[in-house]
Amino acid sequence: MRYLPLTDTDRSEMLAKVGASTIDDLFVDVPEEARLDGPIHGLPMHASEMAVERHMRLLSKKNLAAADAPFFLGAGAYRHHVPASVDHIIQRGEFLTAYTPYQPEIAQGTLQMLFEFQTQVAKLYGCAVANASMYDGSTACWEAVAMATRVTRRNKAVLSGALHPHYTEVVKTMAKFTGDTIADSSPSIQPSPDNVGLIARIDEDTACVVVQYPDILGRIPDLTEIAEAAHAKGALLVAVNTEPVALGAIKSPGELGADIVVGEGQAIGVGLQFGGPFLGLFAVRDPKHVRQMPGRLCGETVDAEGKRGFVLTLSTREQHIRREKATSNICTNSGLCALAFSVHMTLLGEKGLRRLAAENHRLACIAADRLARVPGVTVLNELFFNEFTIRIEADARQVVRDLADQGVLAGVSLGRLYPQVEEFSDSLLVAVTETTSEEDIETLAVALEEALS
Amino acid sequence: MPRYFTDEHEWIDVDGDTATVGITDYAQEQLGDIVFVELPAPGTALTKGGDAAVVESVKAASDVYAPIDGEVSEANSALEDDPALVNTAPEGEGWFFKMTVGDAGQLEGLMDEAGYKSFCDSL
Repeated sequence: MRYLPLTDTDRSEMLAKVGASTIDDLFVDVPEEARLDGPIHGLPMHASEMAVERHMRLLSKKNLAAADAPFFLGAGAYRHHVPASVDHIIQRGEFLTAYTPYQPEIAQGTLQMLFEFQTQVAKLYGCAVANASMYDGSTACWEAVAMATRVTRRNKAVLSGALHPHYTEVVKTMAKFTGDTIADSSPSIQPSPDNVGLIARIDEDTACVVVQYPDILGRIPDLTEIAEAAHAKGALLVAVNTEPVALGAIKSPGELGADIVVGEGQAIGVGLQFGGPFLGLFAVRDPKHVRQMPGRLCGETVDAEGKRGFVLTLSTREQHIRREKATSNICTNSGLCALAFSVHMTLLGEKGLRRLAAENHRLACIAADRLARVPGVTVLNELFFNEFTIRIEADARQVVRDLADQGVLAGVSLGRLYPQVEEFSDSLLVAVTETTSEEDIETLAVALEEALS
Repeated sequence: MPRYFTDEHEWIDVDGDTATVGITDYAQEQLGDIVFVELPAPGTALTKGGDAAVVESVKAASDVYAPIDGEVSEANSALEDDPALVNTAPEGEGWFFKMTVGDAGQLEGLMDEAGYKSFCDSL
């Protein structure tokens, strides 16, 4: 591909074509306060490489890194141990073949990896078919809603109140452009999810019910009864999982009747990486829905000589063939993150995943028991995997900030996730993984006790 | 029962107020092995020349257009399980959907069998 820079004339012709007068007009949808107005503050316009490195190193010291403090943050992004072997293996030459040169079958290394990745995701989710990944959990969640509207030919989605609020926001943002109706609500702060209330909201116009499992408060809803209620009204059940390690301990959503299972794969092999890139997972339980799935699919076949090989399949649903009538506007996948997920999952194996899940739950139980003994702390959840909600007799946002100043990352306050809901301000999500030590738990308990006394 | 053809290779059999629509033998031949057909739901309002169905072969996915205005009354559910019917019996069992005849006047602009044959010969 040649690189031909644009002339001013090219630019003004292109702007005129789309009806914009300046380049800045193209960014009107970005909130003004989020736009960069001039140079970055505190950075000199010109400096030597060494001076920039020195400056950046000083800036980075202001961070409190996840590994440098007792760490209890979760709410959709989880700190797990990523073995050094994952980083080593993903850099091997076999995986360097680009997979979308529009002759994708050349890239057998990448295709084989994606095929194995799909197999792992399908098994983890209890589904028949998984795709080659999406951008992240929230966009996968929207794609599931969009798919359900195609399958059912209805255009209303009922979102559980206990769906991650960021996922809800992404779904609502996308629905602004499709005209679909999104019925959301706030979670009820109860020991168990409000299945009865959710089921009552399903009607004959509902394309799908979207339920997080485990939910935003760490509770584990009974998907079976929601699936039955949804199916009775001709709607699909979309299950959303933000912590795939949980599925090493609890039944898969597919087994419990979910029709589309989506989620965030970051917890396995990917790492926190300052919030991204992450990894969207997407699977369907019934193979008859495969043509309505978004994204890439790799399949196994044999070549002209009868040798095993891998191909991109069902491309007839995709943009490069169906143009604006494609099943979705997603046209790639999170290849490297999918590779890291797949490598880590392969290293774990089924037994390893179960052991990892058991260890997460064991430590979370220790944490819940310990925190429950702190005066002023109540553990909300009846059930949880590695994350649970506590209520503290204080403004949780302030307590989190105070504890961060003392070098303890105590969790994600619900006040941060739901700033508009006053009654959530005393609640805190606490996540515990295999990286959490019992000393970390003791440190948190002592610090909380001091903060609340 | 008169049969009409469009230059997009659909056929339409008209029987009073209702019509049956499919794609022609020439079309299935060009598409190759049909692997999937997406059909409109009963009740869908169709406009002449607008999208009505999608037919997918190993080579391509193609739109099938409504030959006239009307409303879908039935989709051929046999194609869900056996899309190859479009290859084996395109102008019979491989029909796509039935529809109401919204405007019989629109049929006059379509080709008859002889007209369609010479149209295909010219392609």
